[in-house]
Amino acid sequence: MSESQKAVAEARNDVKMETRNVNIFYGANQAIRDVDLDITDRSVTALIGPSGCGKSTYLRALNRMNDTIHSCRVEGRILLDGENIYDRGVDPVEVRRRVGMVFQKSNPFPKSIFDNVAFGLRIGGEKDKDVIAQRVEESLKGAALWDEVKDRLQSSALGLSGGQQQRLCIARCLAVWPEVILMDEPASALDPLATAKIEELIRELRERYTIVIVTHSMQQAARVSDFTAFFYMGELVEYGKTDMMFTRPTKKRTEEYISGRFG
Amino acid sequence: MRPRRAKSKLESSFRTPLWHRIAERAIAVLALAAIAAIALIFIFIAREAVPMLWEAEFAEEVQIRDLFFAKEWKGYDEPVFVWQPVGEPAKFNVMPLFVGSLKVTLLAMLMSIPLGVGCAMFIALYAPRAVREVVKPAIELLAGIPSVVLGFFALMVIASWAQATFGFHFRLNAVVAAIGLALTIVPVIFTISEDAIQAVPNTLTEAALALGARKYQVALRIVVPAALPGIAAGVVLGFGRAIGETMIVLMASGNAAIMELFDFTTIVRTVTATIAAELGEVAQGDPHWRVLFLLGVMLFAVTFVLNILGDVIIQRLQKRLTASS
Repeated sequence: MSESQKAVAEARNDVKMETRNVNIFYGANQAIRDVDLDITDRSVTALIGPSGCGKSTYLRALNRMNDTIHSCRVEGRILLDGENIYDRGVDPVEVRRRVGMVFQKSNPFPKSIFDNVAFGLRIGGEKDKDVIAQRVEESLKGAALWDEVKDRLQSSALGLSGGQQQRLCIARCLAVWPEVILMDEPASALDPLATAKIEELIRELRERYTIVIVTHSMQQAARVSDFTAFFYMGELVEYGKTDMMFTRPTKKRTEEYISGRFG
Repeated sequence: MRPRRAKSKLESSFRTPLWHRIAERAIAVLALAAIAAIALIFIFIAREAVPMLWEAEFAEEVQIRDLFFAKEWKGYDEPVFVWQPVGEPAKFNVMPLFVGSLKVTLLAMLMSIPLGVGCAMFIALYAPRAVREVVKPAIELLAGIPSVVLGFFALMVIASWAQATFGFHFRLNAVVAAIGLALTIVPVIFTISEDAIQAVPNTLTEAALALGARKYQVALRIVVPAALPGIAAGVVLGFGRAIGETMIVLMASGNAAIMELFDFTTIVRTVTATIAAELGEVAQGDPHWRVLFLLGVMLFAVTFVLNILGDVIIQRLQKRLTASS
């Protein structure tokens, strides 16, 4: 194996997800055009861009959540550890067990805090009560929520504040041990303090998970992400290391957007 | 100079505008009218029944105790519950009628709840849109069929089919009446359950899917529990419809007042069918007349209590879904 081949192989080891020639349509409307993007393992990739640029649509394609939308069609290849998740014979449920998702609006189930976190394990077939209890604790700790809720695990999750609910949703996602976590504007409905907590959490989670986050706030992208992808009108305009993107963007559109001239 | 509004001492400038106050009052009056209507119906029915407590004519013919308890009539060798208003002496025991009503209703509910809820789940969660657009209006149309037509169908078609299939001793019986009744209740339970299932926020479904839930797991563990208050409301409404339904049971139940608690293949006579069949035949103020109104009062009370019970259950379920304590 030559040096260059080794370098490529090493680089590939670093890539968790690859998307190749991805086109996404809603009926006759094309929402995403020919996107090629690599998502690096154990890092945070931020997707930014003005409203309607397709970044959420693209995110939802990464764990086949778009399957639930009747008119939505995805073309191209999206690889997770080198396997195309859109291959025929791939069960989207298996994909979603490895690629979790946190939504814009916190959406806890109308159940207890404990049952919310345990949900993913139970539907996955876990029966052992001790295992479940242990994993719930671990996940709540992982989402920096344990200390706030440990005395009221059996009370309703709907009694938590907005920020706590969103961290509960993150804990619920962590409990099934995903490899990739997709976050769709996870802090957009939260106040600055709660937002800061979520951002801190994202930086911690990066150690163990691959995170892709859609955000409206460029400051947030700058604060939490290692890589940034800028989408405009359904196309990937520019992709690079976050510090480079925000200091020396190579494309005019990117510069205009991050300097706040439109969007 | 600023124009100044003349103000009386009584009229504060912070008062709600007059027409708002009038409108609010008007709405209150309309709401009260609906409640008053129900109260008045109850009062007018009760007014026909209550005189049985003191009327000499009634006491001569009937003892109040015999309305509810078994009695050993002349010619019988044990105490029995009998409804024989034209017998000599006339026997007015209401128990066989209530047993009949409850038997038919219970059986109809046992058939309708799984059918209605299951159908609602299928249409709301599984059926392709094209199927949904045909099936939903079709089932709702079923609710619009006059009950006399359904009664006729039960009497002619279902009764023969059921006898041929299950080998019933009596052609018309509680089972046949319950099947006919179910035809009217299933649409009620279906429509309300389907709406409740549709109303479950999509965000919950997505959350469950994103955690790797399969479709049936989303349906059984998330959607149906969240829709339970609505489904319960449909069941309560269906129950009210079932116990009050008259024409189908009048036509398809066989109409003999037999006191038999557990055998569902016997002929039954319901409270509603009895009132419908007999009230036109009796003289006003007659003891028989009074007893029929007593049946009405009791039916009203049973429905009322069960409705309140249903409401309490629905509120409990609702509370569990929104509890913030």
